[in-house]
Amino acid sequence: MSAHSIATTRSATGIPTGRLAVWWVLVSEIVIFGGVLVSYVMHRLGHPEWAAEAAHTNTWAGAFNTLVLLTSSLAAVLAHQAAERGEGPKAARLLRLTVLGGAVFLTVKGFEWTHEIQAGFTLQAGGFWSYYYLAAGLHAFHVLAGMVILLWVAASAARNRHLHRVENIGIYWHFVDIVWIFLFPLLYIAK
Amino acid sequence: MSESTHAHAAPHHRNYVRIWALLVVLLVISVAGPMLGVPLVTLITAFGVALVKAYLVAKNFMHLDVEKPIVHAAIGLTLLIMVVLYAGVAPDVQKSAGQNWKKSDGFHYVSEAAKGGAGQKGHDERARGH
Amino acid sequence: MAHAAHPEALAAAPHAAPGGSFFHRYLWSTDHKVIAFQYMFTGMAMALIGAFMAYVFRMQLAFPGAAVPGFGVVSPGQYNALVTNHGSIMIFWVAMPVLIAGFGNYLIPLMVGADDMVFPRLNRLSYQLFLVSALVLLASLVVQNGGFGGAWTAYPPLSANKNYNLTPLGSSLWVIAVALEFVAFLLGGINFIVTAMNARAPGMKAFDVPIVVWTIVVASILFMASVGPLMAGAVMLLFDQLAGTSFFNPFRGGDPILWQHLFWFFGHPEVYVVLLPAMGIVAEVMTVFARKKLFAYKTVIGTIIATGVLSFFVWAHHQFVAGIDPRMANVFTITTLLISVPIAEMCFVYIATLYGGSIRLTVPMLWALAFIAEFLIGGVTGIFLGASGLDVYLHDTYFVVAHFHYTFFLIAVIAVFAGITYWFPKMFGRLMNEKWGKIHFWGTIAGFNGVFIPLFFLGAAGEHRRIFDYTTIPELGRPELQALRIFATVSLLVLLAFQPIFLVNFVRSIFRGPRAEKNPWRANTLEWTAASPPPHGNWAELPQVYRGPYEYSVPGRESDYWPQDEKP
Repeated sequence: MSAHSIATTRSATGIPTGRLAVWWVLVSEIVIFGGVLVSYVMHRLGHPEWAAEAAHTNTWAGAFNTLVLLTSSLAAVLAHQAAERGEGPKAARLLRLTVLGGAVFLTVKGFEWTHEIQAGFTLQAGGFWSYYYLAAGLHAFHVLAGMVILLWVAASAARNRHLHRVENIGIYWHFVDIVWIFLFPLLYIAK
Repeated sequence: MSESTHAHAAPHHRNYVRIWALLVVLLVISVAGPMLGVPLVTLITAFGVALVKAYLVAKNFMHLDVEKPIVHAAIGLTLLIMVVLYAGVAPDVQKSAGQNWKKSDGFHYVSEAAKGGAGQKGHDERARGH
Repeated sequence: MAHAAHPEALAAAPHAAPGGSFFHRYLWSTDHKVIAFQYMFTGMAMALIGAFMAYVFRMQLAFPGAAVPGFGVVSPGQYNALVTNHGSIMIFWVAMPVLIAGFGNYLIPLMVGADDMVFPRLNRLSYQLFLVSALVLLASLVVQNGGFGGAWTAYPPLSANKNYNLTPLGSSLWVIAVALEFVAFLLGGINFIVTAMNARAPGMKAFDVPIVVWTIVVASILFMASVGPLMAGAVMLLFDQLAGTSFFNPFRGGDPILWQHLFWFFGHPEVYVVLLPAMGIVAEVMTVFARKKLFAYKTVIGTIIATGVLSFFVWAHHQFVAGIDPRMANVFTITTLLISVPIAEMCFVYIATLYGGSIRLTVPMLWALAFIAEFLIGGVTGIFLGASGLDVYLHDTYFVVAHFHYTFFLIAVIAVFAGITYWFPKMFGRLMNEKWGKIHFWGTIAGFNGVFIPLFFLGAAGEHRRIFDYTTIPELGRPELQALRIFATVSLLVLLAFQPIFLVNFVRSIFRGPRAEKNPWRANTLEWTAASPPPHGNWAELPQVYRGPYEYSVPGRESDYWPQDEKP
């Protein structure tokens, strides 16, 4: 009770506090990923020969992962819809489906990277590969963190508590999806 | 908090499955397009589609279109800042040669790495006369 | 949105701090005031360490090779580590925590009329992360081979290659400490921004919010929007140090200039991140002790935002001689000269605020006035450096060092003392001693100017930075120049000698100062309507706001101030 403040319930902007906070988190995340991607794009445009390295990425794995994340985003927004209708347990199930999508994504990534590392395409194998692992790795870290928070929100939602958090974690998850929507062509397609 | 989410009218919910289907179609286009091997087609399909997909997710899943203007301003400004970063840094980092200089040809890729392994070899390579 | 005051009032009965034990009340609390003190005291402790480092390296510069009392003989590597960590500590572990997290945490809920921040537990986590970052930084100083010595700017290849920097452990710990500090402030910033945006008292419109809250919020947004690329860069640097990548290694396809750009893209907005809250504090103090409303409040808000936006367009003025495209240098010269305009305008606004006012030269007011006066020197010398042609000569000389101390010292020391002496009665329920406050003030100002004025002349004479002994260089080892260095060091000793006066005054007043009433300065802003010090929850009944924060000396009113929550 001392950890909750009346301040949290106020809304001078009309936007619920939790949702406003998530948007500000996204602001800081856009610049972090932006920093990585801008650096990568500058190098990539300046080194046409990197296309030869990029040819070794697994486009099908990347495309499949894009499909997986898009589907998990669908689950997340359906969870939001359920939460708005007060259907906590249903929202929790959909959130857990979202988490499953994240888990599939990370598993595919695990296989992908194992294969690439065994073929000699390591983090140190050259400029393209350093950026490849940095960008995709940073993204994967955010997927993992998102999964943890999704599970935590789902646990509350299953008991019909804190249903507003379903929308908020969904917004974060859609952002993670959008980052991958750009990573896919940048890392896999541009050959 | 739960009380104020009721401020969302039901009307802003749309057919999410239909939007997902559209996204999947776009994904297929973005994979098929580059297979044609024409650079302009690749650009439009791979990157153009990415922009469209991102727009659809932001609008329909994140409900950015019914969000308050202050959020649009914050996100928009942040993206602009990334453009400024690119514009200010690219003249130095993206070019491999300028009016009076040229970047060294020290690009070692997989073949090197597979041969000699990774690590801080900068000074060794210098000693070998780069 | 209007909220009925009643449900809030019933719920907001003040209660004692959560849990009775010392641990719960002072170390594990989620109360914004306790967290503010945690940040402030940690920052003050780090300031002592940073100041000690300055003492040691200035003694080495004045008396090269002599054993420094309290440290011993300074080796070149140690000199580099001292200079590097002095800068890093003062910016990241003193200025930022005290100004933004300390004053921000304390003031924002009180000034907007809220009972706490919107996310109290996230607030506690932010401090804990910050504390860990400070401990990692301190650890970096005592590991094998010592602390990182590659300057707070950490340019690769020196910072990336352990064969160059010779401090493998220290370098990586330094990068990790900085990255952790960034995360702590990103999390903290969310609280400041969302609380100020959403948790305002009923009736408090955006333009009823005090300037210091605006500046802290804009600073938090600036930080959030500029640190990302450097976070990315820090991870890249760490990978270069530990994982054999070559993001910045030119021999393997990397580009060291990329690091410079990523660093300064953040580094320049960062100086405004710390400058803006300092100017906010000065605004609060000046309006109260001139008994006058802030001249052109809305213009100042616009100026604060314009400064923030412009600060994203000037960064490469730190890189004029780094080999950047000269055509870009032209662009950055123009933007840099432009950004001096809004800040100068703010100084003029503050001076205009004084005009016709009924000025009371209390200790906080002395600090605020000193800030404005000294800032003219700091700002004008920045213009010299912003012109790329002149910067070719002045870059990396002591002229730069003097310039940024004429801004940073004002930010991290002068404005902080203004804030501490002003809000002390609210924070601790007692008054500090005015006489000793004035002695401390004059000694600090005299000492500070004595340290840095000579450095302008040394810089103009060609003295380059980060060299541990100038007497070995013929052009710079001349007796006249060495005399200036000695004068600067002696002034530093004087400056440091006056600081115990403040510390004693501070500690004694907490326990034995005369008790302060709620509003000893007769100020308008909401924090002065809470008890001194405020209880957990701040008010029994949360306030309603009816007017702006600067209604001083309103014609036709008997009283020369008009609190924001006083019913019309």
